[in-house]
This record gives sequence, C-alpha cells and structure tokens, in this order.
Amino acid sequence: MITTLSGGPVVTVESLAKTYGSFTALRDVSFDIARGETFALLGPNGAGKSSTIEILEGFRDRTGGRVSVLGSDPQKGDLDWRARLGIVLQSTGEPGNVTVREQLTHFAGMYPNPRRVDDVIEAVGLTDKAKTRIRALSGGQRRRVDVALGIVGRPELLFLDEPTTGFDPEARRQFWDLIRDLQAEGTSILLTTHYLDEAAQLSDRAAVIAGGRMLAYGPIDSLGGEEARIPKVRWREGDRLHEERAAEPAAFVSALAARLGGEPTALEVVRPSLEDIYLELVQTDESASAATPSPDLADLPADTTSRAAAAQTGSRR
Amino acid sequence: MSTTATPSRSASPAPAAASSRPGVLKLGASRTAYEVRVYFRQADSLFFTFLFPSVLFVIFAVAFGSSGNVGTAPDGTGGISMAAYYLPGMAAAGVLLSGIQNLAVDIATERSDGTLKRLAGTPLPVPAYFLGKFGQVVVTSILQLALLFAVAAIGFGVELPSDSEHWLRFAGIYAVGIAVSTALGIALSGLPRSGKSASAVIVPVLLVLQFLSGVYIQFSVLPEWLQNFASIFPLKWIAQGMRSALLPETFAAGEPGGTWDFGMMGLVLGVWLVAGITLSLWTFRWNRKDA
Repeated sequence: MITTLSGGPVVTVESLAKTYGSFTALRDVSFDIARGETFALLGPNGAGKSSTIEILEGFRDRTGGRVSVLGSDPQKGDLDWRARLGIVLQSTGEPGNVTVREQLTHFAGMYPNPRRVDDVIEAVGLTDKAKTRIRALSGGQRRRVDVALGIVGRPELLFLDEPTTGFDPEARRQFWDLIRDLQAEGTSILLTTHYLDEAAQLSDRAAVIAGGRMLAYGPIDSLGGEEARIPKVRWREGDRLHEERAAEPAAFVSALAARLGGEPTALEVVRPSLEDIYLELVQTDESASAATPSPDLADLPADTTSRAAAAQTGSRR
Repeated sequence: MSTTATPSRSASPAPAAASSRPGVLKLGASRTAYEVRVYFRQADSLFFTFLFPSVLFVIFAVAFGSSGNVGTAPDGTGGISMAAYYLPGMAAAGVLLSGIQNLAVDIATERSDGTLKRLAGTPLPVPAYFLGKFGQVVVTSILQLALLFAVAAIGFGVELPSDSEHWLRFAGIYAVGIAVSTALGIALSGLPRSGKSASAVIVPVLLVLQFLSGVYIQFSVLPEWLQNFASIFPLKWIAQGMRSALLPETFAAGEPGGTWDFGMMGLVLGVWLVAGITLSLWTFRWNRKDA
C-alpha cells in the first residue's frame, strides 16, 4: 500500500478471545486496520467472523484481549463514537413498512453530517425504487437498502458483514464501484465475505480465520506466503496427468518441451487464485485439527500461525 | 488491489464536530413522525389497538341498548343510557391498549426482528427512542379517543361534558394515564422472549385486568377482596378517573368510598408512573448481548 496513512490504525485487535459458556468462539485473534484501508476477514461459516465484527461494533462483549475502534473500547463507546461508524449487519429482517426514501431520510437525520439521501439511493442503484416500501423489494434490493443505511451517516469506518449476499453479478459489480468510491473518500472498511474474488477486488489486506483462530494475515497478494503462490504446471504424458510447482514456469515448460521433443499435451500453467490459496489454508487447518483431538496440542498451530503472521506484517510495514 | 498514490484516498471524511449531533428532542420528534406513520400502516395494530375500544363500545351499546337507563332517580327521571355508562370504561381501555399493549408487543417485535439492533448501531439516544414511542402513543390515543367520542356522541347520542371542569379532569386523567401506560409498556417489553410470543403473553393479562378494573363489568358488583386486589393496579384508577370526567356527579356515590377519591387515584398512578419510568430506563437494552 502506497497510500499515505494519517494517524494510527482505526482498529487494533490484540489477542482477542470470546467464549460462550464452554465453547471457544475466538482465541488469540490479532490484527489491525490502517486508516483508509479496506480489510477483509475471511473464513468458513462458524469461523468466528461475525463474532469478531460484532465485538468491534460493540454488540458483543469480549472475554479477553484488547480492542480499540476509532480510539475507543467498543464496550464503552458513546454516541459520538457511534456516529463515526457505519454498520451493515449480516442479517436483516425488518418488516419494512416504510419506503426506501423514508427510511434513509429518517436514519440520515440521526447523524451530524449525513450524505444526501438521493445520492445514497442512486449509489446503491435504487433510484427507481425510492418510493417503494422496503418489504415489497427483492432480497438483493433489501440488502442494498442495508448498505445504503450503513453509509448514509458518512462513516469513517464501515463494517460490511457479507454485504453482497443475494446480489446478482451486475449488482455485485455496482457494489464494488460504490466501495471504490468510498475508498477514494478515505473510508476505512472491514469486510467479511464468502466471495474470494470480492475480497481480492476490494481489500488491501486480509485475515483468514477458522475455528476461532487466525490462519493467515497479511496483504491480499501475499496471503498464505510465497510458497502458496508458486505457479502449477500441468500436462499429460500418455494417460497420466502430471502437476508440478514451478517458480519459473517458462523455463520449466521449455525444458519440458525439449524433453518431450514437442508440444506437451494439455499443457496448463496455473497461478493459484486467492480462492485456491484460501481453500488450501482452510483444508490444511481442518485436517490438522482433526489430527489433534487433544485441546493442549491444538494450541500449537495457533501459536505458530500468529507468530508467522506477526513476522509477515512486520516485514510489510 | 493497487492503490497507487490516489491522493484523495488519504483524505478522510471530515470528522464532524460532536456538538452538531441532533438533539434528543429533535430526534424524538422525528421518531414520533416515523412511528406514527408505521403504526397506521400495520393492519393488525390498527384493529386490535386502535379500533378495539370503538368496536367494543358499539357492541356493548347495541347489546344493552334496550336495558333502559342507568342511575335513574326513584321518580324515573335522570339517569344515563347504557352507552353513556360504558363510554368511560372504553376510554380507559383505549389508554391502556395504546400504551401498554401496543408498546409491549411492538418493542418485543422490534427486538426480535432486528429493528432494535439496527438502531443500536446508530447514534440514536435511547431517550429519543422512548420519546418517539411516547409521541406515537399520544398521537394515536388522542385520535382513538376522538373516534370513540364521535361514535358515542353521533351514533348513540351520548352527551359529552359541556363544562370545562370535567374536560380538565379528563385531560388530567388522560395525561397521567397515558404516561403510566407508556412507561409500563416499555418496561414490560423485555418480558416476552420473542415478538411472536408477545401478544400471547401480554394480551390475556391485560384482558383479565380490564374485567377486574370496571371496564366491562360494573366495578361495584365485584366482591370486596377482588376490588381491593384490582385497586393495586393502575387501570382501575384510570377507569374511575374517566368516570369522574364523563359521568354525572351523582355517580360518585356508586364508587367504593362513595367519592371519586382523587387523592388515592393520584397516589397509585404516581407510584406506577415512577416505577414504570425507573424500570424502563433500568431494564431497557437495545439488544441482549449474548443471546
């Protein structure tokens, strides 16, 4: 990131822990979000993404660790602090007996320096539906109302918990454009999403969590480490498929062509996408935790990953 | 994502001065307008809360219309129609339904459908939310009572008070009654576990209370112990207050002590008001944090 980052981080999370009774939802989660940055929190369902984001929003109390959001502890955040946040929750479900414009006008009135309601409606692509009652909208359109309500207060920090669920591809592209506009205005964003392409498109850095622990943390284009990004070369010899990792795929392929005395059959050079890297991380973790039934042993990978993550960020700053 | 030196990227949105956050009263007014609008768009609240007293009044007035007058003197003069006799009870029921029943169910529903969680994420102060609920109750209950009085006067020829003293009494008992009812509605909204169970929990309790408090049945026909029990609760006193405002003075003799007993009325309602407000402020949470 070449962006000039004024001031300290907008979010700091250190050794965050959350338990519900005997169930450990989060442990030793640490990351920070720089001002103006878009940070993605990735992980499978039940990984602890929503617990993390709701702790940062002040909706849940943490069990351990330190958290600072815009300079305040979210458990003690006052209304002036709230006025600087924008929140798009994962679930919506209001009866929606008001129109899109009525709802946005009402919520805009709660903030000291709101955006123009019509601009926001246009930005989320609902201009045609401004006078429609929210309950008459489709799921994807209601989701856009949620996003609109999240940004109408002109937040410094925006939380987006799976914002594009139910969007068609075109709506998702429009949403990305909207997020880029917000980024250009300097809004800091914490995003959780199941769409890895979305995270790759929008975010600067990301953390991967699964089973309440951090598996990886760092800039989106180096997540999972150098090793995970080495291109794969695939080809067919006889009826056997071959796959090899090659740091220098061009040299590898020309050597391969020379050895085979011609064009290799079904040749592919694949650069692992964020999705490939993510799936590999999560699957490795699943098999690792399946192999370590003892809770004492399960501590081990958590420590190593967070140390690796710390080393990685250290080198990036 | 490449963010190569876009200079605007570093320009944060100007943090607004804390002082320019809208005040509680302004937000309370804005909430009231919003709440009233939503109220009248909900068919169920419109029927069960808003029209209920008028509907019941019509049923009672028609059913007992032929039973002759109440409170006639031995010589057969004076007295009032059954419709006129039922009017104060229905007015008291309206105050109760608009406040307690409407709010307890409404807020419990807002808690379970995510509305409160959304509000919790905004800088809306809790007192402004309460003011909005109070405003909604005041606006809707005044319209409700106006409708009830219109039905009574125009449909059934009930004579409404013609002097300012009785209207002042009415205004006073209405103001205190609606405040008690609102505060208790907010306080009770935390009891039901979900919006769906709210009606099932709240409505039967209030229905029993209405029977015990002289809304549907003449209070004096209840056994004394039941009268004493009912006198703990605010509705009995609201109904008595409404009778004092809307019935002829001679009917005071029909009350338990032979008077309207404004002293006790003020005391009981005052205690419930303070208890209701305290309980609301103390127990109300936007969300159950670890539910």
